[in-house]
Amino acid sequence: MTEGHDGHLPGLPGDDSHNGSHDGHGELVPGPIADPGLPEHVWRPTDVDPKAEKRAERQIATLFGLSTVCVVLFVVSYIVFDVNGGGGGATVRTVGGLGASNVALGVTLAGALLFIGIGLIQWARKLMGDHEIVEMRHPARSSDEDREETLRVLALGADESGIARRPLVRNSLLGAVGVLIAPAVIMLKDLGPTNRDVTDSQPYIGAGLEHTVWEKGVRVVRDVVGTPIRTGDLEIGDLINAEPETIFEVDENGDPLLEGVPLQIAKSKAAVVVVRMDPDENNPAPGRENWAVDGILCYSKICTHVGCPISLYEKKTHHLLCPCHQSTFDLADAAKVVFGPAARPLPQLPLMVDADGYLVAQSDFKEPVGPSYWERDSQQSTSK
Amino acid sequence: MSIDTSKVASTNTTAATAKKPNPVGAAAEWADDRLGLATLAKKNLRKVFPDHWSFMLGEIALWSFVVLLLSGVFLTLWFTPSMGETTYQGSYAQLRGVGMSEAFASTLKLSFDVRGGLLMRQVHHWSAMLFVAAMMVHLLRVFFTGAHRKPRELNWVVGALLLLLGTLEGFTGYSLPDDLLSGTGIRAADGFVKSQPVIGTYMSFLLFGGEFPGDQIIPRLYIIHVLLIPGLLLALISAHMVLLVYHKHTQWPGPGRTEQNVVGFPMLPVYAAKAGGFFFCVFGVSALMGGLLSINPIWKYGPYDPSKVTAGSQPDWYMGWPDGALRIMPNIEGHFWHHTWSWNVFLPIIVLPMLLFTIVLVLPFIEAWITGDKRDHHLLQRPRNAPGRTATMVALMTLYAVFWIAGGNDIIAIRLHLSINQITYFNRAAVFVLPVVAYLITKRWCISLQRKDRDDLLHGYETGIIMRSPEGGYSERHLPLSTGRAFRLASRDRDPDVFGELPAGPDANGVEPPSGIGSRLAGVRHRLRKMMYADNIQPPTIDELEQGHHHAEHEHELQVPMEGHAADGHQFDGHHLVEGEKLRADD
Amino acid sequence: MRFLNRSAGRLSRHRRRPVAGLLLLMLGLVLTGSLYAAFAPSSQADSAQSDEELVEQGRKLFLVGCSFCHGQNGEGVLTEDGNQLGPTLAGVGAAAVDFQVGTGRMPAAQPGAQNPTKPVTYTQDEIDALAAYVASLAPGPAVPDPEDYSLAGLSEKEREEAVSRGGQIFLTNCTACHNFAGKGGAMPHGGQAPSLSDTSARHIYEAMLTGPGQMPTFSDGNLTPEEKRDVIAYLYSLREQPEYGGFDLGGMGPVSEGLFAWVVGIGSLVGFAIWIAAHTARSSKKKEEASA
Repeated sequence: MTEGHDGHLPGLPGDDSHNGSHDGHGELVPGPIADPGLPEHVWRPTDVDPKAEKRAERQIATLFGLSTVCVVLFVVSYIVFDVNGGGGGATVRTVGGLGASNVALGVTLAGALLFIGIGLIQWARKLMGDHEIVEMRHPARSSDEDREETLRVLALGADESGIARRPLVRNSLLGAVGVLIAPAVIMLKDLGPTNRDVTDSQPYIGAGLEHTVWEKGVRVVRDVVGTPIRTGDLEIGDLINAEPETIFEVDENGDPLLEGVPLQIAKSKAAVVVVRMDPDENNPAPGRENWAVDGILCYSKICTHVGCPISLYEKKTHHLLCPCHQSTFDLADAAKVVFGPAARPLPQLPLMVDADGYLVAQSDFKEPVGPSYWERDSQQSTSK
Repeated sequence: MSIDTSKVASTNTTAATAKKPNPVGAAAEWADDRLGLATLAKKNLRKVFPDHWSFMLGEIALWSFVVLLLSGVFLTLWFTPSMGETTYQGSYAQLRGVGMSEAFASTLKLSFDVRGGLLMRQVHHWSAMLFVAAMMVHLLRVFFTGAHRKPRELNWVVGALLLLLGTLEGFTGYSLPDDLLSGTGIRAADGFVKSQPVIGTYMSFLLFGGEFPGDQIIPRLYIIHVLLIPGLLLALISAHMVLLVYHKHTQWPGPGRTEQNVVGFPMLPVYAAKAGGFFFCVFGVSALMGGLLSINPIWKYGPYDPSKVTAGSQPDWYMGWPDGALRIMPNIEGHFWHHTWSWNVFLPIIVLPMLLFTIVLVLPFIEAWITGDKRDHHLLQRPRNAPGRTATMVALMTLYAVFWIAGGNDIIAIRLHLSINQITYFNRAAVFVLPVVAYLITKRWCISLQRKDRDDLLHGYETGIIMRSPEGGYSERHLPLSTGRAFRLASRDRDPDVFGELPAGPDANGVEPPSGIGSRLAGVRHRLRKMMYADNIQPPTIDELEQGHHHAEHEHELQVPMEGHAADGHQFDGHHLVEGEKLRADD
Repeated sequence: MRFLNRSAGRLSRHRRRPVAGLLLLMLGLVLTGSLYAAFAPSSQADSAQSDEELVEQGRKLFLVGCSFCHGQNGEGVLTEDGNQLGPTLAGVGAAAVDFQVGTGRMPAAQPGAQNPTKPVTYTQDEIDALAAYVASLAPGPAVPDPEDYSLAGLSEKEREEAVSRGGQIFLTNCTACHNFAGKGGAMPHGGQAPSLSDTSARHIYEAMLTGPGQMPTFSDGNLTPEEKRDVIAYLYSLREQPEYGGFDLGGMGPVSEGLFAWVVGIGSLVGFAIWIAAHTARSSKKKEEASA
């Protein structure tokens, strides 16, 4: 490694000396301008002026000192500020409408770190030696001798092992090691059941991609509050985010029928939107004329693209827009896709009115809810 | 008298002379006796690193990763990676009585009951964004300056893998709190998995432990996020650094810099101080952003619920472009043989990212195949001196940008009062048209800049002083470039000669040209080489430089009568530098 | 400066400070404004009108400002092509009028898919009159009382439950269009679900009740008055609580967060990098002793 100011390095013969370039035939052509060598070193004020040097030292020490001050302020902020006063935000300290704890801790921590960083860098820039030094590169490749020696050693080792002369041993080893991947892969099988397993064994209500908890007679209830819906509750233009009553049902002991994983799975397939429109504006698909009740229609809330719930409704155009990728469905036209990347209309839930006047389902959806999957057969109805 | 020295220990390394007791030295000796580190240290402590701001972009990524590790460990002390249902009764009043997963409840606890918890959450999230952004900026710098060429192609591959892993790490990370926004993203991810032909449903059920959402996905993402991917990241980052140290850093051409040397500052002390200081700056900026800028306010989103959603559902920015591709994809689905082929999901979200990532991964190899350049390169190229490469990357960036904009189409629509439908239609066309336009514009721009450099070398730089000759003609004074600058501009390789068609018969060494597929590939390669080199401006040869100087001399002769006159601007005669002259602007 | 070479006022100019002129101007403006505010005729309407008077006043206002699009009797106006210039107002109720006119959406500048908020044209009394007139055309939703959406009279615990339930209702019914923080969202063909940050409680209630424009109605059979109250309570709690994590960056989610990460984060760090690698100041002096 040579350290020096004068950077004139003779181009070694046979090297890719930079002081030339290659023409189309790979011949070395001398460059048009000779390398002037490393520029002469110019001193900084802190190198030549002791007062500037002392000033820089003081500046850097001050920066480090400020960092320490910030650390102290951090500790003080930690002790003084609570994040949330226990509710309502009334007793939380704020600064300019922002949470004081977060701002104070963040700004003081940032100060502590930044001052050290800036101090270190100023030290390097102003006071540390700034002579450019030169180090020679080495080619990335190993030397020819090393390569030959390695090959020789490899050949020796292979020869002593006899791997070349014993194909039976070698191939049977490769085969054995190769199939060793099988235990690793096969043990992952129990990561989860298959759709077939779940559909056949029904570990919870509505199990399987082709079923939901909806069935004949299940009431449509408002989401969150769980109250059933009468036809008279809805005006034209209303949109109700609804669920099957199964979601809110409790058994004799007062325990919810569905909780935990089965509840989430149920919601992810059974959530629906109920809209009321002028019956004249509705254009039902063939065979679906009696699926609506007096202009009240019920569609799956789960987008057929990749499964986001939809409830952006334009009541005048009857368009339902999914916020994720902007698939748009026309609810007056059997939820046909009118824009966006979804390829299938939303499944429709056939509605009827029960004896007490509440909206109930006639049956489960007639097709799988949610995103498409390989086995989904669009030609067959899946209703129970 | 003689002393019996036979019993004196002769295997000590030093004679038993009294030395000043030095604790650091003693510790170092103790360590070196066992580890032998001095050999390694002597080579590397004064290792030379060239100094340029664009070389520090990778450092932003490196230090962000350290910040992520530190803040991440903090978060693991309180986070519960479980989807078990709980009813919240903690200190954030608006969510009391609401059922949620343990993961979400513990994140609320971190945000509201752990002092500094929200700060660390936000520092972690901001530095994750910075991590991926810095990797991208670093990738662009490396590519534009040609630092991916031999011998650094493998380092490029490692880097591309780091980018992929960083993106996945971010996705798994922001999904852990199980809030409404990230849960919607996981729901979409389930849709992506399901769209795969043949294996889709199985993969979905294996991933989620059954039907969506199940209760397995958060714990599984957690272990991927805190153990598996960080392990891979650490290993790859180490490989990346080792290769960097072994190959030594590239440098810009300039006075004193050749392909055989590295000019810069030593690791100890200057580079270590600057890099260490930069670490504190990166950490400090993350902390400042974490303290002042709110990110992912999960208490406003609420826990994930499959029947709830928010407008403006986007993934974090680095997943924005596949989301955009998904949004603008036309709604094609195939129904064959009682099965569904979800092209509308599978193509943009599975096929496209894999394809683009593979292209990024093999870019150095494609370039090497096209150019046929097998030399080592340690000097960087200015982007303008590789117009084909620069234009290709700008076209790729434009493609990325169009997808990215498509991913934010609803936010753009409300901010700029546009229609999301129109934006989607525009993007469907733009994704094909704009990259081509960007390629053409960039290529011509680079070539114009090359022309300017060549003019500067041959005629000197423009001073802005206009002279009027007695006949009435106007000309601009030029001054010669400084030696350093001229050297820098002239020190680039001449591009190979690619004109004409490929020779039909055997070449100079008697080798027959390839036939069949080989000949077709060779034809493609030739056309690509022409695209790459044909329009470029070559650096001037010695003869051309001589001619340029001669021409300047000739001009100077015509101005001899005006020399010495105080009329302003005559100092700029193209031959004398004007430092030290008394110019009117100095008054 | 030398080019201001007028002789007049040259002496006094040097005694005056440069900011004096600006101060004088400000003083003049403040004085004029105060005088105007003190002496300008107030535009307060008469208070306590009877119902018929209110309806009659409303009708007069209606004829002047609304009938061009909505018809002389609020029956709606159709264009030649059969498109609607202004829909019929029979049955929209006082609540719709109070919302539309009170937020400045009406009078609309032109018929279109969506009417944005504008500065309010009428005083509250005039709006009440218009509302009374439209309500007289046909029965419709009435303007809510403040008690309908106030939490007064509830215990601390009930309040908390109301806010919590309101949040869940909000997240189920409203955030799909208006976003998690009520900052608004995109609808098809240039439509927009507006931001709720500056909307008053009464107007939010009326919007839910009447479903302005393309917004679906959340009639009392859909969301009961208590549920509407809970939603409003939740929205107000969002407004009142501090931004715990810092500036909310618009409350638009990951898109604005990504923008800030790039512009602020990468921008400042690249700025640091440029500073770190920049040449420091140089001196022309030389060091006396020979350097290594």
